[in-house]
Amino acid sequence: MPVMNIIEAVRDALRTQMRQDQRVVVLGEDVGKFGGVFRATSGLHEEFGADRVIDTPLAEAGIIGAAIGMALYGLRPVPEIQFGDFIYPAFDQIVNELAKFRYRSGGQYPCPVVIRTPVGGGIRGGHYHSQSPEALFIHTPGLKVIAPSNPYDAKGLLLAAMRQNDPVLFMEPKRIYRASRGEVPEGEYELEIGKANVVREGSHVTVLCYSGMVSIAEEAAKKAEGQGLSIEVVDLRTLMPFDIDTILASVKKTGRCVVLHEAPKTCGFGAELIAAIQERAMEHLEAPILRVAGLDTPFPYTLEHEYMPNADRLLSTVRQVLEW
Amino acid sequence: MTTPESARVEPVDESVTTTTVEELRPLYRQMLAIRRLEEASAKAYSQGKIGGFLHLIIGQEAVCVGAIAALAADDYVVATYREHGHAYAKGVAARPIMAELYGKKTGLVKGLGGSMHLFDKSKGFLGGYGIVGGHVPIAAGAALAAKYRGDGKVAMCFFGEGASTIGGFAEGIALAALWKLPAVFICENNQYSMGTPLYRSLAVEDVSLRALAHGMARDRFDGDDVVKVKRRIAEAVQRARDTSEPTLVEVVTYRFRGHSMSDPGLYRTKDEVEEWKRRDPLTRSRQRLIDLGATEADVVALEDDVKAEIEDAVHFAETSPAADAYLPYVIKE
Ligand SMILES: Cc1ncc(C[n+]2csc(CCOP(=O)(O)OP(=O)(O)O)c2C)c(N)n1
Repeated sequence: MPVMNIIEAVRDALRTQMRQDQRVVVLGEDVGKFGGVFRATSGLHEEFGADRVIDTPLAEAGIIGAAIGMALYGLRPVPEIQFGDFIYPAFDQIVNELAKFRYRSGGQYPCPVVIRTPVGGGIRGGHYHSQSPEALFIHTPGLKVIAPSNPYDAKGLLLAAMRQNDPVLFMEPKRIYRASRGEVPEGEYELEIGKANVVREGSHVTVLCYSGMVSIAEEAAKKAEGQGLSIEVVDLRTLMPFDIDTILASVKKTGRCVVLHEAPKTCGFGAELIAAIQERAMEHLEAPILRVAGLDTPFPYTLEHEYMPNADRLLSTVRQVLEW
Repeated sequence: MTTPESARVEPVDESVTTTTVEELRPLYRQMLAIRRLEEASAKAYSQGKIGGFLHLIIGQEAVCVGAIAALAADDYVVATYREHGHAYAKGVAARPIMAELYGKKTGLVKGLGGSMHLFDKSKGFLGGYGIVGGHVPIAAGAALAAKYRGDGKVAMCFFGEGASTIGGFAEGIALAALWKLPAVFICENNQYSMGTPLYRSLAVEDVSLRALAHGMARDRFDGDDVVKVKRRIAEAVQRARDTSEPTLVEVVTYRFRGHSMSDPGLYRTKDEVEEWKRRDPLTRSRQRLIDLGATEADVVALEDDVKAEIEDAVHFAETSPAADAYLPYVIKE
């Protein structure tokens, strides 16, 4: 099996699907000739031509709005927003139109648009190149939100996203775009949307995480192992709809849980996960569920190491939960 | 309708704007300081001392220097992520600029932001902005505040030609025209929006034409001659100050480097870049100084002085303490 990084896996998914489905069209700023700022679409313009790999002017609302129109009449657009931070000019199109199209048209117009965008910090990019906006979109009924943590999941989930009929926000972890490498099958395979993955089994505490934070959780779990502490790491992979069954099974087994994400803590996705668990498994909990998250501040520049959760911060919270 | 060939490169304007050594010397000095500052930051970036994204303005110096020279000291400047030069031209010292790029406590915004976040309220410098076009309505708002307060100030807003396709630009100039705001909107048309050449992002390759739809004054010229930039922008500034009317000005220029430090700029030919380097506004101004009677020794002394200033700024940044507390600035103290 070939070894790929996340960029290559994303590109491979796009290429695979474009080869077999003429309706798939990629569009965005510099995605064509230039191959995308992170090179995720490089080579696609050469292979599929300018009609299917469309360079757009700088116009995020236009990109998403146009993608909606294309999707209404038979195309399967996969727009790229260069950085998750630049998605806000398109927020209205995504929240008011894209997410609601199926509902608002009484089911006449499903809207199969897959928006790809890199998210997260850790590249010293500061405020405009580091944010993690998932909670805003999870909070928007009508969208599926996917956040893979590795190349295998990225390809399988992106293929699945392009083959179903609802709008998807596909968030790619830019910090580990190239650092995360692994075996990825050639050709086709799909991972089911809405299914979490227990990436490491453990018995003392469950850590729920996704995207760039999964590797942090795994690092912490390895460290903890030496200290006789067994952490179960669950990679959610899909944030909406999230896999409540896998989450509950894990939490019922360990009785304790910590949620880890990079986005600011307040009203972050962790809050929703905790509520969802408590609504269903209160009697299985042996301690309150705690969160390790980004700080409730704008994303800083040189201070990002203080902002971003790391293995030590996670471990100290894990201990708090264990010592309850 | 323009075609890719017809409008990409405006012919060099050979006419010479009259000036004096006294007028040109400080302009040349500012341009040179900006270039040296940018070169020094590029070096620090490649050494890993500056992180993230760094957008250099090398090649375009005559635009920000000429334009801001047409403003009064307490007017406002609103700029993009390619704004180190604009800050310097607005009177911000090299030291706090460099320290901010390094993310140091002594930086303009205490090291919390970095390259795209230069602000200096005391100099009327309202920031760098990283969301393309989003700052255009903000500039209109600052102009509205000036008009409301009747303080005679003018807001000058810079953006690239790539910004002219996003909503923020359209909305910002529409408001300024409707409300007759004392603003000058300057499109620094360096002909590329990241890797996308102008002819692939605009159906009509003349950004200044957008003014017509709003009944707004417009101007368009090439930006190699800093004195010419100053004169032409001064007309717009005067219009804003005297009649409270905005102007959309497009200045054709060229960035010699990639979009940011991480862009090797492979979408342009070597020949094209070389052709534009022959029009280097710095070389041109230096020659002009000599032609006007400045001595070589005089110019060299100025250049040595600039070199020392930037070396000092780098030293200052390197020896400054790291950024510390940033929590206090999240909410109002
Ligand atoms: C809303 C938004 N979309 C995309 C970007 C990424 N981006 C930054 S600069 C840029 C090109 C802008 O070109 P132009 O306006 O011509 O200015 P220049 O960089 O050439 O000075 C792009 C696409 C961004 N910062 N903000």
